[in-house]
Amino acid sequence: MKEPLVEVKGLTKHFEIRKGLFGRRSTVVQALDRVNLSIECGKTVGVVGESGCGKTTLGRCIMCLIPSTAGEIWVAGENVLALSAKELRDRRQHMQMVFQNPYSSLNPRLSVHNLVAEPLITHAKVRGEELTERVLELLQKVGMHEEHLYRYPHEFSGGQLQRIAVARALALNPKLLVLDEPTSALDVSVQASILNLLQELQEEANLTYLFISHDLSIVEYLSDHIAVMYLGRIVEIGSAEDIFTNPQHPYTEALLSSTPNVDPLKRKQPIVLEGNLPSPAAPPPGCYFHTRCPKAFDLCHQVEPQMIDLGSGHQAACHLLDEDKIAG
Amino acid sequence: MSAVLLSVEDLYVRFRTYAGLVHAVNGISFEIQKGEVFGLVGETGCGKSVTSLALLRLIPPPGEIEAKRINLGGDDLLSLDEAQMQRVRGKRIAMVFQDPTAGLNPVFSINDQITIIIRHHEGLRKGKAEDLAKETLAAVGLPSPAEIMKMYPHELSGGMQQRVMIAMALSSGAELLIADEPTTALDVTIQAQILTMLIKLRETHGLSILLITHNLGVVAQTCDRVGILYAGSLIEVGNTIDVFQHMKHPYTRAMLAAVPQAESRGQRLVDIPGSVPSGLNPLPGCAYHPRCPHVMDICQVEKPSLQVVGEGHTVACFLHIPSGDREAYN
Repeated sequence: MKEPLVEVKGLTKHFEIRKGLFGRRSTVVQALDRVNLSIECGKTVGVVGESGCGKTTLGRCIMCLIPSTAGEIWVAGENVLALSAKELRDRRQHMQMVFQNPYSSLNPRLSVHNLVAEPLITHAKVRGEELTERVLELLQKVGMHEEHLYRYPHEFSGGQLQRIAVARALALNPKLLVLDEPTSALDVSVQASILNLLQELQEEANLTYLFISHDLSIVEYLSDHIAVMYLGRIVEIGSAEDIFTNPQHPYTEALLSSTPNVDPLKRKQPIVLEGNLPSPAAPPPGCYFHTRCPKAFDLCHQVEPQMIDLGSGHQAACHLLDEDKIAG
Repeated sequence: MSAVLLSVEDLYVRFRTYAGLVHAVNGISFEIQKGEVFGLVGETGCGKSVTSLALLRLIPPPGEIEAKRINLGGDDLLSLDEAQMQRVRGKRIAMVFQDPTAGLNPVFSINDQITIIIRHHEGLRKGKAEDLAKETLAAVGLPSPAEIMKMYPHELSGGMQQRVMIAMALSSGAELLIADEPTTALDVTIQAQILTMLIKLRETHGLSILLITHNLGVVAQTCDRVGILYAGSLIEVGNTIDVFQHMKHPYTRAMLAAVPQAESRGQRLVDIPGSVPSGLNPLPGCAYHPRCPHVMDICQVEKPSLQVVGEGHTVACFLHIPSGDREAYN
């Protein structure tokens, strides 16, 4: 087993919502609840879940874009939550992020050259002709050309903009790339070209990806390991193969059966979950999923299930997997 | 063989803009049978939504609709005057949009919004209209309709809002439901709920559905027949199984190969080089020819029309016209 590049231990993130007169009453939204996750160097970990499950918050916490409430995030042997602001700024070179919507993540007033050059100027102190050369090199890496250098974001299509965003993220040769739904704003043929690009870049530079998506088919295609999240908790984690061929948590099963397959011969009756996602501000007691779970029993309403090891890194948090408890 | 509910022949939609004439839809023809779910698929800007709006004659100027025929259950929609058309919209053809938050008025309760439609179309009194509203809300699987009626849109989740939209669409007994990306804004588990419900309604209400989507998986799982749109033209039409399993058009093949799947792990996905041509300067010949790996000389000059390649399966591609006939093609 290789040393993991990223190790997240007990990461918790609470958002406080102030209500009432002068905001005197406050409620806490649990966006992340004791999340444990590790990512090996050069591998891709996919995080899937529905909207509001905390997957984007997880990515942002790992990037230290928002402060975490509790827990530890170890990146390349250092707890980044314990670093000073100056040290953190320096470490940021090794971790970069690509956002969902390239139309809003790229400044419309900067030319492509300046967009990609910005990290090189601030961190690597590159100037002048060398800068232009480096920028061009990066653009070529993502399949863009010299003539694009002095154009502005509005002159490009969504797919091209996402390529520019990837070029900017790669500028400082990062080790970790957090990809937050990088293709969900794109058409399928453009999505395919971005996914191909990401795979080529990973092979070339041994990059490590945290791939956040709500689309299970992309995650299955791209990831080595997959974490399934529900209401801020990881409910199942394991290798892509284990999760897709042998899902153990009822939520993972429902999620898989709800994802429409492009093969019309494989029409299946989806496991239709009743009701909606509970509010993360008032999660139900016990297992968070019991309100929608077709297999819930008494224990699920009261006791929170712990992660149960199913061998070779496959873990799931469900009382059904604990035979003693079902019997008792 | 069931009866044809809607038949569209040679539909063109153009927009006169300062930059020139934009050709959004270029002569498409299709039919929807009674009780059928017909899928219209394509990428951004291929004319899916414009087609659906054109069926309801909801294209505002500077847009223009031109067609040989748009026939709904025997009536020619193009020859109706505005008042008659108003009685078709919402009454015979209902529409559900992508974003339910934009479709519902935030300052009126669900009761107000749904009963006004029923009273307008059915001429019922308030009490009767409310009863019918509760019935339709129950039919789309909303628990405790009486409670929901009193609520305002912001009190409902996205999935529930979309159910209310579908209930509103069904409340006047529409024959055809146009669903324009009805589940795109929803999570997969909620999407499964809505699609399962739509299929059920098709059986209980004898509804025909025109499902417009970019999601090939949704089409494969729900539609009986499907039409693939590219740059405002239908390039392949057929049974879902024929189109997805024995696709004939190079674009259909490329688009399906671009969908990531477990079987394609570790392999490169097929990406389609180039981009969709702009409607402002339509290309001569087949609109797909600059991106097509099988392009021939004729593709750059002549536009192929839909040719029958199997039972109910048509495709617009010169590869499927014998080379002898290509010369005589007109």
